[in-house]
Amino acid sequence: MRKTGKYDPRPSEITPEGVYLNRRTLIAGAVAAGLLPSIGWSESEPTGAQLRHSRNARLSTTEKPNSWEDITSYNNYFEFGTDKADPEVNARDFRARPWTVTVSGEAEVRGRYALEDILKPHALEERIYRLRCVERWSMVIPWIGFPLGDLIRRFKPTSRARFVQFTTLHDPRRMPGQRYPALEWPYREGLRMDEAMHPLAILGVGLYGRVLPNQNGAPLRLVVPWKYGMKSIKAIVGIAFTEKQPRNTWNVAQPEEYGFYMNVNPNVDHPRWSQARERRIGAGLFNEMQPTLMFNGYADQVASLYRGMDLAKYF
Amino acid sequence: MFDKFVRRILKPAVFLACLLPLSRLVAGAFGFAGVSLGANPAEEILETLGKWTLNFLFITLSVTPARELTGLAPLIRLRRMLGLFVFTYALLHFTTYLVLDQELDLAGVLEDVAKRPYITIGFAALLLLIPLAATSTNAMMRRLGRRWQKLHRLVYVIAILGVWHYYWQVKADVREPLVYAGILALLLGYRAWRAWQKKRRAQQQAGAKRASQSGLPAGPARRPQAS
Repeated sequence: MRKTGKYDPRPSEITPEGVYLNRRTLIAGAVAAGLLPSIGWSESEPTGAQLRHSRNARLSTTEKPNSWEDITSYNNYFEFGTDKADPEVNARDFRARPWTVTVSGEAEVRGRYALEDILKPHALEERIYRLRCVERWSMVIPWIGFPLGDLIRRFKPTSRARFVQFTTLHDPRRMPGQRYPALEWPYREGLRMDEAMHPLAILGVGLYGRVLPNQNGAPLRLVVPWKYGMKSIKAIVGIAFTEKQPRNTWNVAQPEEYGFYMNVNPNVDHPRWSQARERRIGAGLFNEMQPTLMFNGYADQVASLYRGMDLAKYF
Repeated sequence: MFDKFVRRILKPAVFLACLLPLSRLVAGAFGFAGVSLGANPAEEILETLGKWTLNFLFITLSVTPARELTGLAPLIRLRRMLGLFVFTYALLHFTTYLVLDQELDLAGVLEDVAKRPYITIGFAALLLLIPLAATSTNAMMRRLGRRWQKLHRLVYVIAILGVWHYYWQVKADVREPLVYAGILALLLGYRAWRAWQKKRRAQQQAGAKRASQSGLPAGPARRPQAS
């Protein structure tokens, strides 16, 4: 064994092997927890703190999920820019903690809650869902979350609560895209109470078993897989129980093109394009588009919610 | 000297440069040279080809102002080549839409052209480019004479339709289409101003001629301008 040299590290300075091997995970976890600013490399492997969860195979699709890279680099999130590539870059330094959610409206229990208190009682599940954007592209995404219905029950909405309204953070200092009125800020969305209570509707906190990246709507978002992606509002700070149908931002922006329900429906065209087919991200450039399924393939589970409703009128 | 430079060096160089946006897309489509077109390559290709159609259109429309403002007349040699690149990129943009978006469903294309206004005007712009491309040869220029000039004024209509097509296509963020509209306004505005200048000068010359014929004093002598 050679003699200790002048510049050799002292034993106390040597990084423990476990820390060394997990350094990227630890750094990314610290980033996700808002303790460190983002360092800035594009990840092709899932990063971020791991979330304990169970698998819900019954409510998951067996289709292969899209890659982490696709899911985290192709985002419609105008709060961070209107290009699909913008949110990954512009949301890097967004701190998703500390976070407050305000629950208000027609409910017995209301108030301002730290995110930890919102999330604490809920066991997390993995739900692999299809996501269909109104622009005709789609993905398969392995979300981590819990049923929205379980959260709603905690706040005991009254009989006057016929809808649930959600509001995104409004802070142009932290969300640079909000400095331009591409949409009316803050982003708002809503669900009918029976839609919100449906087992498929979840609040999402993670992706691929990790904490939700900023560009995917950290720290808390909605996922409603049978509706166009715009309904799955991101970065939620407000949940309100309302008697009247709430405003939803895209309907305010372009009422002839975007309604309230926004159920995935191949038979109801968007005014500027047909909705009969979609392009599955990751299928390859020269692969065909594929037929769009009624209610995004969740018709068996959700069609009963809309029995007797004119889906072309209530789009 | 400059003419030789334009013919032998500048024109080939510009030709190669015009191929760059296309070659980047081809590389990306096949994954060459580490070029990535992102998660939705079909959309990226369609959008890039469309924007470069407009970019080359604006570059083509800048040739005459550049000539007039710098006095470098041989630049005109670039204009036809640039115009044909506009046609090429427009055709590729349409082909991408036909193949990757409509999956060669011609009935679907016709339905789109009929039902979606932004596609109607995009398609109209493409159709109008065809006679311009077809009459771009020297032989055609000779055959049409003065009518060639009149026909090729269609490029102004095409430019307006192209920018409008882009504006109507975006979902919510109209900033970029508005920038394109602004640039087009400058390019068309320049021409409008030149046309107005020429008209004014012609009127003054006519006035001076009448004055000299009748023996009355004329205004300051003006050298006839080359058109």
